[in-house]
Amino acid sequence: MSTETVSIDREGKKMGMWLFLFTEILFFGGMFLLYAVFRHRFPADFHRGAAGESLVLGTVNTAVLLTSSFTIALAIAAIRKGEKILSARLQAATIFLGIVFLVIKYFEWSAKIAAGIYPNSPVLLNLGKGETLFFGLYYVMTGLHGLHVLVGIAVIAFMVHFTRKGTIGRENDARLENTGLYWHFVDIVWIYLYPLFYLVT
Amino acid sequence: MQNPLRESAARTYTAVWLALLVLLGATLAVAKLQLLARFSALGSLVIASAKAGLVLAFFMHLKDEGRFLKATLALTVCVLTALIGLTFVDVIYR
Amino acid sequence: MTLKDEHSSAEADFYGRTGKYRWVVAEWMMSTDHKRIGVMYLMAILSFFSVGVVLGFMIRLNLLSPGWLMDQQTYNEFFTLHGVIQIFLFIIPGIPVAFGNIFLPILIGAQDVAFPRINRLSWWLYVAGAVLILASLFVQGRPPDTGWTFYAPYSIQTPANISTAVLGVFVLGFSSILTGLNFVTTIHRMRAPGMRWFRMPAFPWTLYATGWVQMLATPVLAITLLFIVLGRFFGVGFFDPSRGGDPILYEHLFWMYSHPAVYIMVLPAMGIISEIVPVFSRRVLFGYTAICLSALAIAAVGYFVWGHHMFTSGMSDTARVIFSFVSFLVAVPTGVKIFNWVSTLYRGSIALDSPLVFALSFIFLFSIGGLSGLIIGALAPNLHLHGTYFIVGHFHYVMFGGAGFSILAGLHYWFPKITGRMYSEKYAKIGWLSLFVGFNILYFSMFVLGFQGMPRRYFDYPPEYHLNHVVSTIGSWFLAVGLVIIFANLIRSVFRGGKAPANPWGGRTLEWTIASPPPHENFASPPVVRQGPYAYEEEAVR
Repeated sequence: MSTETVSIDREGKKMGMWLFLFTEILFFGGMFLLYAVFRHRFPADFHRGAAGESLVLGTVNTAVLLTSSFTIALAIAAIRKGEKILSARLQAATIFLGIVFLVIKYFEWSAKIAAGIYPNSPVLLNLGKGETLFFGLYYVMTGLHGLHVLVGIAVIAFMVHFTRKGTIGRENDARLENTGLYWHFVDIVWIYLYPLFYLVT
Repeated sequence: MQNPLRESAARTYTAVWLALLVLLGATLAVAKLQLLARFSALGSLVIASAKAGLVLAFFMHLKDEGRFLKATLALTVCVLTALIGLTFVDVIYR
Repeated sequence: MTLKDEHSSAEADFYGRTGKYRWVVAEWMMSTDHKRIGVMYLMAILSFFSVGVVLGFMIRLNLLSPGWLMDQQTYNEFFTLHGVIQIFLFIIPGIPVAFGNIFLPILIGAQDVAFPRINRLSWWLYVAGAVLILASLFVQGRPPDTGWTFYAPYSIQTPANISTAVLGVFVLGFSSILTGLNFVTTIHRMRAPGMRWFRMPAFPWTLYATGWVQMLATPVLAITLLFIVLGRFFGVGFFDPSRGGDPILYEHLFWMYSHPAVYIMVLPAMGIISEIVPVFSRRVLFGYTAICLSALAIAAVGYFVWGHHMFTSGMSDTARVIFSFVSFLVAVPTGVKIFNWVSTLYRGSIALDSPLVFALSFIFLFSIGGLSGLIIGALAPNLHLHGTYFIVGHFHYVMFGGAGFSILAGLHYWFPKITGRMYSEKYAKIGWLSLFVGFNILYFSMFVLGFQGMPRRYFDYPPEYHLNHVVSTIGSWFLAVGLVIIFANLIRSVFRGGKAPANPWGGRTLEWTIASPPPHENFASPPVVRQGPYAYEEEAVR
């Protein structure tokens, strides 16, 4: 097809990715807006809610995600030096850390659900309006963030494949770089979620 | 780590990574020890922004980008801030 | 890949088979050619427009004598569907996806958009979203009955199929975001040599501003609609007062998108008018720079006025005053544009062909819509008029009289370029006359009804409103006849119209330098641009 010969330059591809991240900022922004309003209305309940979160697991998860950002950044640096195998390994390490993050998240969620705290649960409705909203936001925001982590893992898995196959290389790293941008963005969202849900006690 | 990565990029990234972990410790300390008393929520958000800034500047190479991306990122953040701010004009005074 | 194509398409226009797929439908659905995608979009939005018109027509018919055609529940479903289709399937995607896709790359001298495959993905998402919305009518339960705004908490409690419809709108939003992202990147990176920012025609400028609004507003709608679905399925009560939630927050989030969405509809409409007016008055677009920059200004200010949809919602007084004030600011860049179009016409050598006739109707109707907007943007009159037909009148003057008429203007302007055929000028004008007269009878009587106090969305009304309802409905008949003539003329011309030359109107922008319809790759070699878009000056000297 004639149009497929049109290939936008590297700068353009990167610009497209950044613009997409801007839309993601607004997407999560809608949730941060609700968080801000409800926290303003129910400060005491939000403190009590945050005290019920596992600070240890939250902190470990933050460290895990920060480290995964580090490894994907190194993977891009490696591909720019032409080190394909090293890059693929670093990408795989990122995937591993992403999975660790999700597993920890899974334990956090299941502990809460076992304690009867989930949207619309009788226990939660008894706790009162503020905490209902707090945990509602907790599930929605960490849930959508987790979904983004999952998508990121899937995309990086493709990148590992492309790197091994050689379609991503020193001269052709735009896809990997864009994946990195996305992954860092997901990391940044978590950087804000962490204090809002674990530290406002 | 292997030879090629020992060059500048890898060293910078390692430094940034360590700085991020230090900031993580700092935010934990601020929150747990109540160092800033009633400003602790604000404190952890400032630290979070510092972390986000590091990721943006170094990992996402924003510091090497042209004016367009920096300006439009600022624009996006301003739009979001304005949306939240204008909503609060209603929420606070209702 | 390219070589083979160049063989087959040296002469062929973009409708010609590439032979890559066995079935024509597959070839088109899989195509990444911006013109083909644009043509498919154009056919889709016009089909949905027709469906929406029929629904609106039947709503009006029922109001002649409430209940003779449908019962209350059906009436609610009809106006919900009318709104959802016209807003989300026709007018929001409308101009950017149809005319933007076909002409943006050509107008800036590019071969395609920046991301052709993402463009195709946008189109598929649009189809998927449309299918979901239509599915909400037929799957178990009853069709949505909330109005197009899906206001909580009713949208969370009603047994109707809200989730399916809302999911459809969510998918459409994704399509819209990707289109905006694509266009903004295209304009930044794909302009032909010499096509500086201030040599771009006005239409790409408005698409650029629109693209930013699509990117920075639509995600807010996406998350809001997601909250509705989460509320319905999991009982997350963000908008449910009994759980500490706040229904007014829903309105905030909804209008944070849906007000800027007004500019997604109207900005590119203004772009089309800015293309047509100079061509048919043979003059440089007056205040070209001001027109381009005012598009950005409207997009920027339009972001912070959403609260004027909520003056009667119970929002704080401080917020109401601020939003009312900011709303007035939007009128300034809009006024700049209106004055510039009129000044372009002044002392021009005017050719009153049908594209210009539609464009002038746009200016007239949009001015009425805009000025009535000032009335309800002011806090005090709004409290009286907000829940009435006045809003319905204002809304249709802006949306239909504005965006709708500009689509018709663009359709008559670019029809020869898109299809390679000419249409009958006579029938275009007869159709226009019936449409224009019917439009004003239909919607102006709504202003009167609103002042008298007729509440909007109501199924029934007391006898004192009967006369104006009858007048309004009679207007809708003229309007419908006009539309039928217009579309019959165009459809007939696709098959029977005479061959169109490359430049039937004497336009000076790049699309008129290539064949009608354009060849597969737009330009044989990248055009080099040496002057601004509306170079009529030397002609005037001669």
